[in-house]
Amino acid sequence: MSDTHAESVAYVRDSMLPESPPPAAETGVTKWMKQNLFATIPNSVLTVAAIVVIYFLLAATLPWILNGIWNAASIRECREILDGATGGCFAVLSDRWNQLLFGFKYPSTEYWRPALAFLLLFVAAAPVMFFKYLPRQMLLFTGVYPFLAFWLIWGGSIVPPLLLLLGFVAAYVAFKALEKRGFGVAVLGGLGVLVVAILLAGSIGKIEVLRLEQVPSRDMGGFMLNMILGTVCVSLSIPIGIALALGRQSDMPIIKWICVVFIEFIRGVPLITLLFVANVVLAYFLPPGTTFDLIIRVIIMITAFASAYIAEVIRGGLAALPRGQYEAGDSLGLDYAQAMRLIILPQALKISIPGIVNVAVGLFKDTTLVSVISMFDLVGMIRGPILASTDWNGVYWELFGFAALLFFVVCYGVSQYSQWLERELNTDHR
Amino acid sequence: MTIMTDPQQESFRPSMLLNDTRYRSYTFQFIALMVLIGIIAYLGYNLVLNLRAAGLNISYEFLGEPAGYDINQTLVEYTSRSSHLTAAIVGILNTLLVAFLACATATIFGVIAGVLRLSNNWLIRKLMSGYVEAFRNVPVLIWIIIIFTIMTAVLPAPSAFRGDDPDASMILGSVAFTNRGVYVPMPVWGPGSMVVVVTFILSVIGVFAYRRYAKKLLYATGKLLPMGWPSLAILFVPSILVFFIMGQPITLDFPELGGFNFRGGLQIGAPLIALWFALSIYTGAFIAENVRAGILAVSKGQTEAAASLGLRPRRIMNLVILPQALRVIIPPLISQYLNITKNSSLAIAVGYADITATLGGITLNQTGRAIECVLLLMLFYLLISLGISAVMNIYNNAVRLKER
Repeated sequence: MSDTHAESVAYVRDSMLPESPPPAAETGVTKWMKQNLFATIPNSVLTVAAIVVIYFLLAATLPWILNGIWNAASIRECREILDGATGGCFAVLSDRWNQLLFGFKYPSTEYWRPALAFLLLFVAAAPVMFFKYLPRQMLLFTGVYPFLAFWLIWGGSIVPPLLLLLGFVAAYVAFKALEKRGFGVAVLGGLGVLVVAILLAGSIGKIEVLRLEQVPSRDMGGFMLNMILGTVCVSLSIPIGIALALGRQSDMPIIKWICVVFIEFIRGVPLITLLFVANVVLAYFLPPGTTFDLIIRVIIMITAFASAYIAEVIRGGLAALPRGQYEAGDSLGLDYAQAMRLIILPQALKISIPGIVNVAVGLFKDTTLVSVISMFDLVGMIRGPILASTDWNGVYWELFGFAALLFFVVCYGVSQYSQWLERELNTDHR
Repeated sequence: MTIMTDPQQESFRPSMLLNDTRYRSYTFQFIALMVLIGIIAYLGYNLVLNLRAAGLNISYEFLGEPAGYDINQTLVEYTSRSSHLTAAIVGILNTLLVAFLACATATIFGVIAGVLRLSNNWLIRKLMSGYVEAFRNVPVLIWIIIIFTIMTAVLPAPSAFRGDDPDASMILGSVAFTNRGVYVPMPVWGPGSMVVVVTFILSVIGVFAYRRYAKKLLYATGKLLPMGWPSLAILFVPSILVFFIMGQPITLDFPELGGFNFRGGLQIGAPLIALWFALSIYTGAFIAENVRAGILAVSKGQTEAAASLGLRPRRIMNLVILPQALRVIIPPLISQYLNITKNSSLAIAVGYADITATLGGITLNQTGRAIECVLLLMLFYLLISLGISAVMNIYNNAVRLKER
């Protein structure tokens, strides 16, 4: 057949042509630019506008950053060195570095203690954050860390935190021993042992061992205060938030309504008013004569604030679980506590991770609000002592830029971590 | 014969309170109620003791007393002789003003940035993600203070506008940016101006009615009326006609330099602008993410189906994508409005006289009525939140996917 066909046409090509490269306009950078920058006329206009914006941004900031002064004792000296040229006076950062990080009252000889606590925070958080890749034994250190950090930052004798730690260990042992008799009984037993331990610790905690210089909480300040408030409040509010979310989903009307009222009330008011409560009102509700640390009052209110938000996030996670998961728990004969711990909560928490991280990042940013009730956190330090001093009056950009950068690094890091964690926990195979 | 017996009725034992599911929930609720009552009683008891020790009582009489402080930006009549209650109302109106302004501009910023983040222009995409990340990851308080600092420390003083060769000049001869605020021309409402205003409001309603009618006609018959120029015409033509018929009753009062400061015109104080602008760009970044998520939530098949029907891209966006995306966008958008309202309480950091600064700030400090002031403050914000979430629920029910 092919023969006849071959005769009917004049010429049939019998070898493949080699591949030739695409035209120059359709390859590499040119093609990319054509597709991504100048696809249509409006697009090209936008591109040009964007380039102009970027140029102005860089033209304004680059000389200022590159020409910055890092060594000077005051803004006048900075201006002398600059001699009319544009340039930032970053010397304020090197001059007031310790104040920005630790506040202006923390004893300067003891700066190594919060710094060490900060470094150890990573060691303590690592086994929780990268639980798949690190040995489980490291979790022991995570358990010890809160007490260690308290002793390092606040100082004093090591005995009270140590006794408190032992109290928690005893409570855990009691919980394990009673667990066979039901989750509720075990929790009650554990709490009982804990209370006894705290009372004991209070009575014999006066013994002085390994004493560090004691620092009262009102001397905390700077970025350290933001870190303390952020980490403490987030870690306390997650368990409370879980309890509130479960309470809100519960069939028991009284418990449900207590939780609903608490959550809606807290979510309906701005954090500032809660800080006002901590600052001026809370003292009226405590027994006469008790002086409660302002930091502890603030921690209580911020924790309440964060746990209401986390409760709503987790409620979303609980609601998103298919009904069958709850029924599966029932059909296995698990009781409420077992079903929740083994089946429901792990899945619900996994769904809620992005929401919880959002709340945590938002909360960390909101710790700057304590500067409004005249506590000297990072923003409070900048607005108060540093900008008010005659040496650095007028160095706004460098200081606020530094504060913004510090928060950006932490918050962006946390949100990137949460996206990584979501991918890591992604168990559905699609 | 076997004798049928009922299973033996168990007598009630105390342990059943914990172990029997019939009673257990009652036990728990009883315990919870007792604990709650106990806590409230304990706090109340302490409150009574503390108040007695301080010689105070709970009373709202201070609201009627003269406030004795000045407020620089007020929407209603206020002098330092007015009562604390008036000061609180001034604060409430200021809160609502800045919240409303910020909601409007934040929506504009957010929608623009959210749509542009999905643009196929690489540079614009990167620029917008830069904006979103930069603003989402830095506390709003820092942004407010930074913008307030620009307003007060970088902009020229009014005196810089004086002289034959001034250091600063007004934009178009009518808008002046100074470190005390921005001066813009203020409309002067002459006699008969109300007719113009009413006509304009009616025109706005008319535009909505027309667009609604056009859409209905489109869905019912497929006939598409023009939307763009008739809307504009309805919006402006009647008002302009009435404006000239009534003899131009609305004139503009331009700000002018006089003495040490600008005279005339409308002064928008630096704190208001800082708060307004900072809340807008901060929340705009969050809204951008909501908008992006909403548009991405509409499946690509919808676009393709609409395209296969022969619709043009703009029509696809308006008639197919946006109505579906709005269903996803609106609920978080309304929570963002709520956030703006609550974040406006940061006004206290820049000295804008909102409710937190008047009632929760100066009034509280002057009268020492901490409990009453904070309680009123919380009540106000609670009412706003409840109001906004009620609106949200109504809207949600209206646009909910109607499934059969």
